[in-house]
Amino acid sequence: MAELCAVVGVGQTKHAACRADVSIAGLVREAVDRALADANITIADVDAIVIGKAPDSLEGVAMPELWLADALAAHGKPVFRVHTAGSVGGSTAIVAAQHVMAGIHGTVLTIGFEKQSDGNAMWALSVPIPFGMPVHAGAGGYFSPIVRGYIGRSGAPKHIGAMVAVKDRTNACKNPYAHLHEPDWTLEKALETPMLWDPIRFIETCPSSDGAMALVLMSEERADKHAGRKAWVHATAMRSEPTAFAGREQVSPVAGEMCAADLWRKAGIKNPAEEIDVVEMYVPFAWFEPMWLENLGFAPRNEGWRWVEDGITEMGGSLPINPSGGVLSSNPIGASGMLRFGEAAMQVMGKAGEHQIDGAKKAVGHAYGGGSQFFAMWLVSSTKP
Amino acid sequence: MSEADGLVRLRQPIGVTYNWSAGPNATSHLAGLMNGKFVGKRCPSCALVYFPPRNGVCPKCAKILAGDVEVGPKGTITTFCIVNVPFLGQKIKLPYVAAQILLDGADISMQHLIQECEAEDVRIGMRVEPVWKDKSEWGPSLENIQHFRPTGEPDRVMGSESGAS
Repeated sequence: MAELCAVVGVGQTKHAACRADVSIAGLVREAVDRALADANITIADVDAIVIGKAPDSLEGVAMPELWLADALAAHGKPVFRVHTAGSVGGSTAIVAAQHVMAGIHGTVLTIGFEKQSDGNAMWALSVPIPFGMPVHAGAGGYFSPIVRGYIGRSGAPKHIGAMVAVKDRTNACKNPYAHLHEPDWTLEKALETPMLWDPIRFIETCPSSDGAMALVLMSEERADKHAGRKAWVHATAMRSEPTAFAGREQVSPVAGEMCAADLWRKAGIKNPAEEIDVVEMYVPFAWFEPMWLENLGFAPRNEGWRWVEDGITEMGGSLPINPSGGVLSSNPIGASGMLRFGEAAMQVMGKAGEHQIDGAKKAVGHAYGGGSQFFAMWLVSSTKP
Repeated sequence: MSEADGLVRLRQPIGVTYNWSAGPNATSHLAGLMNGKFVGKRCPSCALVYFPPRNGVCPKCAKILAGDVEVGPKGTITTFCIVNVPFLGQKIKLPYVAAQILLDGADISMQHLIQECEAEDVRIGMRVEPVWKDKSEWGPSLENIQHFRPTGEPDRVMGSESGAS
């Protein structure tokens, strides 16, 4: 029987296109210092450190963990690094939680980060495959045909993506840490933005950000003695599948469905849409909100877009998604998954400030990465399981 | 280099040179391309045909792909993207249609360029055929095909393959 684990501290940086004022180490330390202050502990109280970031080629710095060990005051402590592409922030938090649940460490610090301004992710994600046809154009080029497949299969009207984008950009204005603060978007203006990777418009794409998120996790024994609000981890789940295989369902990958089903089963959730109060979902391209609503078992197949159109996923709706503004408003890739997990924790801790969903008791953090290849989720609550 | 805030910043591009060993499965595929043929491989376990047989292994069954299977040359567009974004290292003039093409007889689509029609006329289910470069330009690459173009045949009704890989 696994031990219980609670989030007792959350800290993130101000995300921006270029945090020229800090190095990678300074960026990471900014989030860490805020998480430690939030938990009211010092680095000396931490038993182990688990970090994650996207592939090194995205920021052009190989093995940053080597020099981050200094910045994290990791002398004499175990440091682990997790790699699962864009989902890494989620899977890193899960690995950290598992160290606590396994009874190995009582207090674990976990960090996800990315300093995109140090490199060129669009270039790194467009490297020609040897002996192939060089038509591939970044992450948008990869996901755009999948979005087209969803639109075709579901019959969704063309404005749904822009609706999601306007919602997330509007929500982000309530989040002081969000990269984009753009309060003036309307659906009409959003639909006038150019098609970049048709059918994906400019408004429907995430920014390129520098940023970091850090969480402090504690065992039940320590958390019970710890003053302050907590987010109890009720369940974690991860699933993977190959990026390309014959007959693969790309719009709703089986690994994503399995990951969610596993999470609901472990947490005893029978009806996710009714029992979950708020979701921080990994939506780097706006159309993925309706697609993941279906993939994760919230909405019936081909109905996710209706939930968007009906306002169900707005902050005042019955299932708010990304009150923080989500990946569409801040995308430090390696941190983005942990931002989802940490923002979910902030909601049930009642620490989300202006973007707080009143009375949120159960929240889900979700991340995916690679070619929709890795899925990571957790469910956190204001009360113990 | 910028010194706006008193700090000097340098942009330093880095490069990597590498050798790529094709291995036996990809070799028959690449040799096929040098002869103007699309040679795929069949998984001995699930019997599905991979083109190109990139890793020589069925990713789902983890079995080594077996016999050669000639596929195409015609195929069907399963989904596509119209690329309008300029990026570093780009070789094709914008805008262009990057389509997932399921070659006849194959069970997984590959990505290639669609030309000889307007981008807005491209559709899921459209039948296409390859336009090969002059033989003198051929090498072991899918770049031997200049692009794919519509055949004019009736569209194929796509089921679950639409949006599939």
